[in-house]
Amino acid sequence: MQSILEISGLTKTYAGGFTALRGVDLSIRKGEIFALLGPNGAGKTTLIGAVCGLVRPTSGTIHAFGEDMATHWRSLRARIGLVPQELATDMFEPVLRSVGHSRGLFGLPPDPAKIEEILRALSLWDKRNDQIRMLSGGMKRRVLIAKALAHDPELLFLDEPTAGVDVELRRDMWRQIALLRERGTTVILTTHYIEEAEEMADRVGVINKGEILMVDEKQAMMERLGRTEALITLTQPLGDVPDSLSAFPVSLDKDGTVLCYRGGGGDGDSAGTSEVAELTKALTRAGIDYSAIDIHESSLEDIFVDLLDGGAA
Amino acid sequence: MSLFNARSAWTIYKRELFRAFRTALQSIIAPVLTTTLYFVVFGAAIGGQMQGGMGGVNYGAFIVPGLLLLTLLGESTSNASFGIYMPRFTGAIYELLSAPVGVAETLVGFVGAAATKSLILATIILVTASFFVDYSIAHPVYAFGYILLVSASFSLFGFILGIWADSFEKLSVVPMLILMPLTFLGGTFYSIQVLPEPWRSVAMANPVVYLVNGLRWTFYGSSDVSIGLSLGLTLLFLAICVALISWIFRTGWRLRA
Repeated sequence: MQSILEISGLTKTYAGGFTALRGVDLSIRKGEIFALLGPNGAGKTTLIGAVCGLVRPTSGTIHAFGEDMATHWRSLRARIGLVPQELATDMFEPVLRSVGHSRGLFGLPPDPAKIEEILRALSLWDKRNDQIRMLSGGMKRRVLIAKALAHDPELLFLDEPTAGVDVELRRDMWRQIALLRERGTTVILTTHYIEEAEEMADRVGVINKGEILMVDEKQAMMERLGRTEALITLTQPLGDVPDSLSAFPVSLDKDGTVLCYRGGGGDGDSAGTSEVAELTKALTRAGIDYSAIDIHESSLEDIFVDLLDGGAA
Repeated sequence: MSLFNARSAWTIYKRELFRAFRTALQSIIAPVLTTTLYFVVFGAAIGGQMQGGMGGVNYGAFIVPGLLLLTLLGESTSNASFGIYMPRFTGAIYELLSAPVGVAETLVGFVGAAATKSLILATIILVTASFFVDYSIAHPVYAFGYILLVSASFSLFGFILGIWADSFEKLSVVPMLILMPLTFLGGTFYSIQVLPEPWRSVAMANPVVYLVNGLRWTFYGSSDVSIGLSLGLTLLFLAICVALISWIFRTGWRLRA
């Protein structure tokens, strides 16, 4: 797979002494949606800032489209778009003019048809003559997306695109981002909503305290680190886990009325469920009766929390 | 890709002028009104009582270049400083920083727009002044060139101020507490020659004296200091501002974290 962005050994220590990035290595594939997942203060915005020219890296290199950003920043920045986290723009400008200005700032000739297409796609066309300050929060954020798209970037950064946005607008934003991918734009988004990464991303990178803890296909990450959890409600409480079940990763809960199984990690998605099937057979053989089985796969959230806990330990 | 993108520079320029006209009441009407009041009070009312004139011309005419300069310094500085400070303050500067835009485009855009506003102001003020006082311009081409030079220099200065300032207070402190007193004491309303020693020598340490007298020379062909010295010092100031700004962009000082 062709790489569109290569970051290696990227470190950023701010003037105040705070180190926001500690030797980040990251490779982004052309055409993917990559979610950079991490808690607040993990270094997500700094990482984006370093690529987009808002932050000066302390050390390390950034290559975009195969060229070094430090030397070819002029031609490379023209191909990269940024939607910042804060709703920061001249709020008194009308939408259409603001988006047109963004295109001009990136050195491109006016293209009213292109701007109209972008505004229509983001459902902003009816508001094109309104001052940005008159729009709702969700619309303002879409204006910032329109501004970032005005120069037709091949690589788009979205910093917390759904922060402070209600559920419906968040779903709408996800649709817009999916549309971008269909158009061939590579999207890197940061989020601290696990649900968002789970919903949108092809690959997920987990970042904490300035370090990338893990990068993988979302699916692979969930399979590799995911666990199967089964809660088996027993008809008779047990005092101890019987020896016949000691081979299984089980424990007793709720005063011995619930048998908990947690396992299946590391071997792919079917290992856990098939082991639960074996467990039920073993229960039957041991003469232990049960009235219900609740079985589920752990979410990206569980994985994320595990990773961060592991990182802290 | 080229080293200068004219379209980017033009976009910044256009956007800044839109902003000026949006706030025309504050950025154009207000300074014109203030200057007009000076002409009415000092030029027409008080000047009319001064029989001898000053520096060889009648008093109303004498203060025209000084008052013009007072407005040019203040407005160029504050327009350019606000132009760059506001996006820094709101965060909107992210767009400029992430754009394929270098120091040249940024300067031509922001400083060009601020200087353009100053030229528009200068024109309005000179036209307005003609209703209240009789004045003539001995060297119109030099006058235009000097106004342009001062506007550009102080727009550059304002740009630096807008990058240096980290609060609205600092933004207004320099024009109000430094530029304005220096201009008032710099021979706007009087010739340095009328001052007793040692104040005459002290006044010569005020850089604005050379600006006021430079502009006054283009109007009346005579002034307290030689035009060569005025021009040289103004150009030096311009060069220092340009050097500072290239340093700011090279290091990213107060622009890039």
